[in-house]
Order: sequence, then C-alpha cells, then structure tokens
Amino acid sequence: MASTEFTLAELLICACADVWRDEGEVLATGIGIIPRIAQGLAKLTHSPGLMITDGEAFLVEEPVVIGAKNHDGRSYAGYMPYSRVFEALWHGRRHALVGPVQVDRWGQANISCIGEFSKPKRQMLGLRGFPGNSINHTNSMFVPNHGPRVFVEKEVDLVCSVGYRKERWPQGVKNDYMRIHHIVTDLCVMDFGGPDHAIRVVSLHPGVSFEQVEAATGFPLIQAPDMGETTHPTAEQLAIIRQLDPRDVRSKQLKDNPPGIRQPA
Amino acid sequence: MSLNKEMTAADVVAQLRDGMTIGIGGWGPRRKPMSLVREILRSDLKDLTVVGYGGPDMGMLCAAGKVKKLIYGFVSLDFIPLEPFFRKAREAAQIEAMELDEGQLHWGLRAAAMRLPFLPTRVGLATDQLTKVNPDLRTVTSPYADGEVLLAMPAIKLDVALLHLHTADRLGNTRLYAPDPFFDELFARAADRVYVSCEELVDRIASDEADAQSNPFERSLVTGVVAARGGAHPTSNVAVVAKGGSYGWDAAHLKRYCAAADEDGGWARYAEEFINGGEAAYQQAVGGLDAIVTLPRQVF
Repeated sequence: MASTEFTLAELLICACADVWRDEGEVLATGIGIIPRIAQGLAKLTHSPGLMITDGEAFLVEEPVVIGAKNHDGRSYAGYMPYSRVFEALWHGRRHALVGPVQVDRWGQANISCIGEFSKPKRQMLGLRGFPGNSINHTNSMFVPNHGPRVFVEKEVDLVCSVGYRKERWPQGVKNDYMRIHHIVTDLCVMDFGGPDHAIRVVSLHPGVSFEQVEAATGFPLIQAPDMGETTHPTAEQLAIIRQLDPRDVRSKQLKDNPPGIRQPA
Repeated sequence: MSLNKEMTAADVVAQLRDGMTIGIGGWGPRRKPMSLVREILRSDLKDLTVVGYGGPDMGMLCAAGKVKKLIYGFVSLDFIPLEPFFRKAREAAQIEAMELDEGQLHWGLRAAAMRLPFLPTRVGLATDQLTKVNPDLRTVTSPYADGEVLLAMPAIKLDVALLHLHTADRLGNTRLYAPDPFFDELFARAADRVYVSCEELVDRIASDEADAQSNPFERSLVTGVVAARGGAHPTSNVAVVAKGGSYGWDAAHLKRYCAAADEDGGWARYAEEFINGGEAAYQQAVGGLDAIVTLPRQVF
C-alpha cells in the first residue's frame, strides 16, 4: 500500500533501489547515504540476490545500519577487499550507483576536475573508479541536484566514465560490457531508451512537470511513451528504510528535507 | 640466521635521494607510514615522484614542496573527500599529475611487480584519459583473431616502497592484520627497496599456520624494518584480530590539519607545531602514544 507521508529523500531511496531490480547476483555499490540505504532496501525487498558490503572489506547478507556506533552484532558472509573489488568489477558482475558532478547527453560523466586538466579551476575527486567501472559493468547515477550545471549542454569538461557517444568508440575498442541503466535525480528518473541511447524521462516525481525537468537540463530530453509518476514508497518500504537508517541520517541529505509530494511549481 | 634489518626512520630517509620514485602503501586515511613520511618532511629531499592511493601523506609532501610529480588513484581523507593541500597544489599547477583510475594504478604496479613493460586493459578507453589527462599512454592491438584495441598500462616501477604494517621481525618477516591489505604487496614487489614501519618489532616471528596467512609478502622483499608504535597516526591502523595493535584515524587532528590549508602560512605553522620537533614531540603534541593507540576504529 502506498503511503501518503514520505519525504523526498525516502522517495529517492525507493527509486534508487529500483535500479537493481532484476539484476540478480551482482555486487551492488551505492556511493553516498541515499544510494547505500537504497542498496539495503533493494536487497531486503525485490532483489535478495544482491551482494553488498559492510562499507569496508566484508560482504554481509544483513545490510549494516547507517550511523552505527560500533561493530557489535555484525556477521559476515564473505570477503571483498579492494583487490577483489577490482577483480569483480573487471569481471563484470557489479552494478554501481554513482554520484557524478557533470553528465552529458551521451551519459558521459565527470568527477575529476572543472576546467583544464593541467591547471584545473577546481580539482575535484579525480578519475577514481569511473573509467574502469563504466567500461566493465552496469552503472546507474544518482544526482540529488538536477540542474543545467550538472546536465551540461555540451560534453562534460573531462570524460571520466564512458557513454554512448559513437565518436569515442573507434574501430577495435569494445563497448560490449558497458551499460548505463538509470539516472535518478531529485526531479525524475531517466534511462537511455531513446533513439541511439538518447536520454528519456521515464517517471516524474510527484509535483514535478516535464517542462520543469527540461528547463533544468542542458540538452534535449525525450518523454518515454509510458512516462508517469514515480512510484510512491509503500508502508513496508518506509518501515525497512527506518530500520536501515534508525538515526534518520537520510533527512540531512537534501536541503530542508523536502516532502515527497511537492506542490507544483 | 644473523640478518638484522632493523633501522630507524632517520636511517631510512638517509638512503633516499632527490628525484626518487617512492610508492606509499595504505589507502587514503588508512594505514599510511606517517612516521616515515614525517621524517621525509624534516629532510632536505626534493623532486620526489610519489605513487599511491593518497591521503595526508601526499597532501603533506605537496605542502612541504617535496613533490615533483604525483601518480595517484585519488588523494582523499574519505570523510573529507578531497585532500586540501593536494587540491591547492593541483589548482596552482605546482606538481605534475598522473591521475589514474584506481584499478589502473594497481595494474601498473602489477606490471612492475611482474617485470613487464605494460599490462593490457580496457580501463581508460573511450574517456578523456588518453587525450587530456595522460597523453603519453598508448594502446595496443590484440595479435589474436579478436583484434581488440586495449590500453597498454605502463609498469609503475618504484625505487622505494614505504609501508606500515602491524608486526615485523628483524629478518623482515611481517604480519598485516588489517580488514583490507590494499595493495601493499604490489607496492613491495614493484620497488627496488622496501622499508616497513610497524607497530611491533620482534626478534623472530614464529606463529601458527593461521597467523602465517597474514604475512603479506616474503621477507626477501624487505630492506629495512622500523619500530614505530602509533606510526600511522593520524591515519588508522585497524587490526581485525587482538594482536598487532589497532586504532582508528584521528578525525579531529585531520580536521585541524585540513583547516591549515585555508590559512596563510598554515602549513608552516602546522609543521612547526607538530612535525619539526621530531617523532617523540609529535606524539606528545597530539596527545601521547596512549591516546593514539586507543583511538576508536571508525564504523561505516
């Protein structure tokens, strides 16, 4: 049963959890609080086969609680140090939910720097795992601040993760293992189901219009034929979210912790 | 056997030279050989190429003007996502930067560890890495029927690796009880010389089989061992067993250090307050060894 009382953060957790639906036994890696709660929610609901870690080097079948004060009561199912993370991700059975700073119409993303690489206006995180993740396994993206500075008009300043721009894939370079699944933002959920993998809006969050999303995006968008409203969290999902995040860290992730159903702009 | 590889931090630094390529083990704010790094900060060494999954080690070496070039998978304090002194050095174009994907760095170290010129990978293709970031990187075409084009990740050969582990003996046998050993083994194999600082230095490690599985690499790789209880501070050195010492990182101290990046002359004041007086004075200035080795482990 859908609940009428939920925050935007909780709606986004449920939408993020959905990126792993039907993905099977993959290593799920959600970067940040909302994606981390989402991976636990996915595992405890529609995707029990997911493999997740304790946030450090061990696999757990019971998601760890956000904001725990100690390691008491934890039990471990397996081992996943970074050496094995690299093995697993190059092997392909992983689906990461990552937080890019810039995204372009081809799904290419930047987290490295703004401006010229040799003397950046702003050094950001660097390439981190983006080149390797993006060319080896499925990725989705979480963007909590949908706007034209994130979804840029031209190409991103520095292409850290691969996308669907044909010119980037010369003869002999294999793109069989790359796939960008969903982009979850604070306005909508998008996929790459348009012509030549063009980005489409598949659902709008409650109170958000397609025009509002277009205005916040630097490139043209397509409406999916069955574009509707993002599914509201159920009472069961909200109960699991409270269990995974008992200290309500999720309420501090979005400015002013807005309600899930916003008044139309 | 009469081998005795025990050294002091000063002995280690006396064997380093300007312009060397130095790999540093650990990962971000975790298990960095900081007492050895601080000894480098106190030295006249310069023009270093520093390789690693960087944390305050790289930030401090940049701040002190020791670095010509960084080869890094990232430079981060984890709870502070971007190392502020690294950021300053990059934005002022003070250092050469070979920015790599995290997996590429391990691949380059592995190539060096196996004494190969390169190892092939798809990682980096179809991005800006070969154009804007590392234009010296080259591709290679598979000689087999697939004809696939791959990135040839060059070997990252190290003159020296600096590592911080839990236990060592004077022969160079070691134990590492961390939740994640990271890539210390590859740093060791990629280097001509390896210096290990450790929480506990004993004459001879003689353990049971289970404990011996915590030996990260064989002693023939180890040039020198340095006793350095608390030597990873302000980074963490967690052990998952009740031996070898275990402590979390010092978040308060790391914040104090990061705040210095926003102040004019902040690094000089930080160095004066904490670094310049030597390691004993450092440990006193940060609250004493007992406080260091009882810092609680972070929970994720």
